[in-house]
Amino acid sequence: MRRQQPTIAAENGRTAGAALIPATAPLAVRGLTVSYGEKPAVFSVDASFPAESMSAIIGPNGAGKSTLLKAALGVIPRLSGEVYVFGEPIEKARARIAYVPQRASVDWDFPTTVMDVVQMGLYRKVGLLGRLSGRLAGVARDCLDRVGMADFAHRQIGQLSGGQQQRVFLARALAQDAELYLLDEPFAGVDAATERAIIDVLKLLKDEGKSVVAVHHDLSTVRSYFDHVFLINVRRMAEGPVDVAFTTENLQATYGGRLAATHLDELSVVGGLA
Amino acid sequence: MGTEFVQFSLTPILIGIFSAIACALPGNFLILRRQAMISDAISHVVLPGIVVAFLLTGVIATIPMLLGAAGAAVVAVILIEAIKRLGNIEPGAAMGVVFTSMFAAGVLVLEQTDTSNVHIDVQHALMGNLESLIWFRAEGWQSLLDPAKLASLPDELARMAIVCAMIFAAMLVFWRWLKIATFDEGFAQALGIPASAIGFGLVIAAAIAAVAAFDAVGSIVVIAMFICPPAAARLMTNRLEHQVIWSIIFATASAIFGYVFAGYGPMWFSARNAVSAAGMMATVSGVFLVLTCLFGPHRSRVGMKAQDDAV
Repeated sequence: MRRQQPTIAAENGRTAGAALIPATAPLAVRGLTVSYGEKPAVFSVDASFPAESMSAIIGPNGAGKSTLLKAALGVIPRLSGEVYVFGEPIEKARARIAYVPQRASVDWDFPTTVMDVVQMGLYRKVGLLGRLSGRLAGVARDCLDRVGMADFAHRQIGQLSGGQQQRVFLARALAQDAELYLLDEPFAGVDAATERAIIDVLKLLKDEGKSVVAVHHDLSTVRSYFDHVFLINVRRMAEGPVDVAFTTENLQATYGGRLAATHLDELSVVGGLA
Repeated sequence: MGTEFVQFSLTPILIGIFSAIACALPGNFLILRRQAMISDAISHVVLPGIVVAFLLTGVIATIPMLLGAAGAAVVAVILIEAIKRLGNIEPGAAMGVVFTSMFAAGVLVLEQTDTSNVHIDVQHALMGNLESLIWFRAEGWQSLLDPAKLASLPDELARMAIVCAMIFAAMLVFWRWLKIATFDEGFAQALGIPASAIGFGLVIAAAIAAVAAFDAVGSIVVIAMFICPPAAARLMTNRLEHQVIWSIIFATASAIFGYVFAGYGPMWFSARNAVSAAGMMATVSGVFLVLTCLFGPHRSRVGMKAQDDAV
């Protein structure tokens, strides 16, 4: 059995090239294991994401990227492991987290409006019976405005395109007014304009001192979008600043045969991989 | 019309309305969660539970019946799991087999036992006894102000009114949690909202409605009211709040028109006997659903197209 460390920071020293991350990291995971059946989907993963930066969780399909995020949040049960948010157990820090689930995880035919969905981001704040009006209603409107969806406030959500749906989900996370933003595949199946709009909002969050962790699948944009990268294939493969950890060797180790050599060449041209 | 209506029709109609609304309210959420099958399950499984509870206690009372129904639900879950695992049968088929078998077993037990001194038999289980829940001592509308007369109202009326009010109140209090746990369970859990407990509470509320309504209106109406009014309501609007209001309207209308058509409809076609009120209520709710499918303003789902485009 792994020895229990007094602080989360202690263990991060062994990550090649990664700076020591303090125990108050926005998100730190220790010994996280998740299983959907016999085979573990995520096995004994340690991870720690730095503050005031944009981190990507990358890995091949079925490598447990989303599972890691969802299990950390408690959306799916974990077999073992601890999750700390800013040094506190996650259960005590839920108010400091905003979450954008995968767009395809909900039924967009649900009878509700764009505004209603954004207001769900305020449910923690208003409680069960608190009044959702005045200043708080204004907050929801501002959040819609920030993703360029203010004109759609009263649309039924089923009438939106995929990109618009993703922006509404982002607006709902903004309404949570958190310090840590966790996003599950925010760019999956969205148009180029939406991708641009989303990355602009996320970069603005970073500039405001917030931390962003996103499950990401497009290797060609890792370098331009993110500062920090975490590579997973059931187990933790590598972790660190993009310059240090996003290397051909690490990618090959993580993706195995599934990453075509041509793809890697392309990446090294686009992103300047060594 | 006054005296006779108050004596023979007012209480059955009110009991029908309360039963229909009590079932339709949780039905709204069950349908949106794609758990309509659960309402079907509940309405079938309660029968053996109620029969066994009756055999053990010898009385028809809500609490023992509810416990019996809960016990039957546990047995059903175990059987479904067993069939799924041992027989490697797909879950839908396993559920279908277990519910109908348990319902049939309930019917058999009911038939074999001596229940001659109480109102419980197979016909009752299917169609209730709405027609017999009359207010015999009423002498017209003024009886509504007479405490002595009010005391002779059938017990079922107060029971259904209380259950209906409790379910409505619980829905209002937990509205936000119900809505978010139904639309986006993962997000609700990330917020720290007990989404699984909400899902469980919803099934409990549906079970309470089914058990309470069962004895008055029978399982046919219970099954129909869980699904038809909410499904029809969904086609009338794109807002959950409005959907719930529409489902109450459809449930109420099904109860009223169902009772009236059952009592007077056959006479219009110069037939002599009234037909089953419960059967007619369920039929009317089905007719509403067909009409909304054909003419409802939101029957074409733009959402589905958007989903396809995205994929």
